[in-house]
Amino acid sequence: MRENLHRFFRAARGAGVHVSPAESIDAMRAVAQVGFSDRGILRDALLLTLAKSQDEKLALGDCFDLFFRQPEPRQERPKTNDNDTPPAGRQPPSPGTTNDAGGGPPTDGLGPLAQMLLSQDRNAIAAAIASAASAASLSDIRYSTQRGIFSSRILDAMGIQRLRDDLDELTAANPSLAERLRTALEGLREAVRDTVSQGLALYAREEAENLRNEILRNAPLARIEPRQVEEMRALIRKIARRLRERYCKPRKRQRRGHLDVRRTLRRNAAWGGVPFLTAWKRKHRDRPKIVALCDVSGSVARVSDFFLLLIHSLHEVVDDVRSFAFSSHLIEVSDILESNSPEAAMAEIMSKVGFGSSDYGSSLDDFEHEFMSTLTPQTTVIVLGDARSNNLDPRADILRRISERSKRLVWLNPEGRMVWGFGDSEMPRYATFCSVARQCATAQQLERAVSDIVASYQ
Amino acid sequence: MADQKASTSIEAVESGLAAQGYIASRQIATAVYLSQQIEKPILVEGPAGVGKTELAKAIAAWRGMKMIRLQCYEGLDEAKALYEWKYAKQLLYTQILKDKLGEVLGGAQTLHAALDQLHDFGDVFFSKEFVEPRPLLQALEQPGGCVLLIDEIDKSDAEFESLLLEILSDFQVTIPELGTVSAITPPTVILTSNSERDLGDALKRRCLHLHIGFPEQRLEERIVESRVPGISQTLRRQMVGFIHEIRTLDLKKLPSVSETIDWARALVLLQSGELDTDIVKDTLNVLLKYEADIEAAAPHVTTFIAKAARSNVFG
Repeated sequence: MRENLHRFFRAARGAGVHVSPAESIDAMRAVAQVGFSDRGILRDALLLTLAKSQDEKLALGDCFDLFFRQPEPRQERPKTNDNDTPPAGRQPPSPGTTNDAGGGPPTDGLGPLAQMLLSQDRNAIAAAIASAASAASLSDIRYSTQRGIFSSRILDAMGIQRLRDDLDELTAANPSLAERLRTALEGLREAVRDTVSQGLALYAREEAENLRNEILRNAPLARIEPRQVEEMRALIRKIARRLRERYCKPRKRQRRGHLDVRRTLRRNAAWGGVPFLTAWKRKHRDRPKIVALCDVSGSVARVSDFFLLLIHSLHEVVDDVRSFAFSSHLIEVSDILESNSPEAAMAEIMSKVGFGSSDYGSSLDDFEHEFMSTLTPQTTVIVLGDARSNNLDPRADILRRISERSKRLVWLNPEGRMVWGFGDSEMPRYATFCSVARQCATAQQLERAVSDIVASYQ
Repeated sequence: MADQKASTSIEAVESGLAAQGYIASRQIATAVYLSQQIEKPILVEGPAGVGKTELAKAIAAWRGMKMIRLQCYEGLDEAKALYEWKYAKQLLYTQILKDKLGEVLGGAQTLHAALDQLHDFGDVFFSKEFVEPRPLLQALEQPGGCVLLIDEIDKSDAEFESLLLEILSDFQVTIPELGTVSAITPPTVILTSNSERDLGDALKRRCLHLHIGFPEQRLEERIVESRVPGISQTLRRQMVGFIHEIRTLDLKKLPSVSETIDWARALVLLQSGELDTDIVKDTLNVLLKYEADIEAAAPHVTTFIAKAARSNVFG
């Protein structure tokens, strides 16, 4: 029973539910209270103790159903033992069951597996597969490429070697029986394949997901395939949440500074100046202010898409974000992003200014004329773009003025350093006025860049 | 067998709560039963008005225990939730005892001796008598146990959660001057949250996590039956069916169980035997709380009533 629960916890982790040792102990205690007999109550108990959110509950519920759908010989077999047998029976079949269910031709001299197959006792076979699967530690399966290995391991554990020998002997002695055995063996292989597939579905999800996320994290944002966009969005949101967690807490802790003697005395005047209530000096800190300028022209649209999404998921850390989008002229998009769902917002922004050919000069000019006053000495300006201005006047002088008015100017360029300055790239001219200019082509680089920016306000 | 007893006890919880007019789904009953058996708080999440707070009240009524409620809000802190020193009383006592103070200290020959005596004295002032217990401490001090309801924990600040951790895992609090106060009988703790903000993992891990959503049709009918006794079966079926249809719409605030009950009461008051378009349109404001929602739902009323009536025939 214990063993079975542990395997379920692993499966739960595979389904993305975080199960710490302490939680598993709680779950064990809960299960000890409700017992195994009622599947529905068992499910409720596990969901209550393990899942920590509605999403996790759903995932865990599915996982539970999948897990306990495994062969259940115990239900159909007469109860021979009183102790708690796990729902998915793991014990090897007792010799008695093989024979009394059979009624087939004499099978003397054959190995146990052959006898079992010929007797066509489905329950016994299912139980044998299950016990062989645990002997082959099927719960270690991680990748779909391991299917073959695990199948053959399970078959080995069930004694397929002996069965082959038996088959060889029978082919000569009793061809019809050999034929039956061969058919049964086919069925067995199929059943084992199913078991392995199920194991893969149960235990491999987490690894597969991690791997996929890892690949996604390092994939160039600009070249994400449409079907991956949703996953990428989820990843970006996850990144935003992590950044938020990391930077929200210390800010509050550091608030408290030295004792503010004046305010303390004033507050405690009622008690004759005996300081019952203390007042503390607050450390002065900059409120993060970010102004983001995003190039949404065709070539970099996808990257700025994700970038705007990240900036706006972060607005809990950063109180004051204003976003602007441009390709040949520039507009403010803060309101669009805040009042719409990400997808709708992106579509609206793209329809307004997107996909044009980029003109950095006139866009910067727009910014200087309309929004220069938003910049204060606390503002970090982030420009996201490839700095390819179609050989138009780059107006680097405006960028210099922006840089002078703000705290920092960060340029994130989806292109690699190697190509800066080649073709119509004006990056080297712009880079001289930037506090930081770096490549930002993958989710990971995006995360690092934003993390550094927020960290500088802590 | 242990299993046997377990399932009957869950049923016992179910019937116990039902006796208080709280119709619990099996999940809720299991949660209440488990929280009892493994002494863990229950964190109840779900939309407003599905009976999260009611659950705590029902448990308290069922077990005949006192319910102590702590309503959370932004800025709630230790002094308001846990305990506070009675500063004024301390001050007053020092004033009154000033002469005594002189007597006590008068006996001392040196400054050192006086200081020693003063030290003993100080402990008197930071003793139990000068502590003002707030809900959390009160809950621990109830000799017969109690139901502690920490309502809308998501409205409090993140720091407040950390304050709760000691109470939730060990049922004790540490007051620096006094030491650790442990619960005489561990209280049954219910935390509720509308998921306004994500709660910390540390908090979640100490609780059983119960999600109460909108009930299934049958369950909701039973809830209405127990809460609004005068209602006819036909009307009950129709109105619950109608509400389930309404919940499929994309509204600002979906009607929850408390609205269902209010509506049922209103319909009984208006003495309507069954739903018809007029009466629904007149009373839609009981069910929906936004003008925009009412406007969105109004065109569907006739179809929904028809659907509810049809499901009536077959259900």
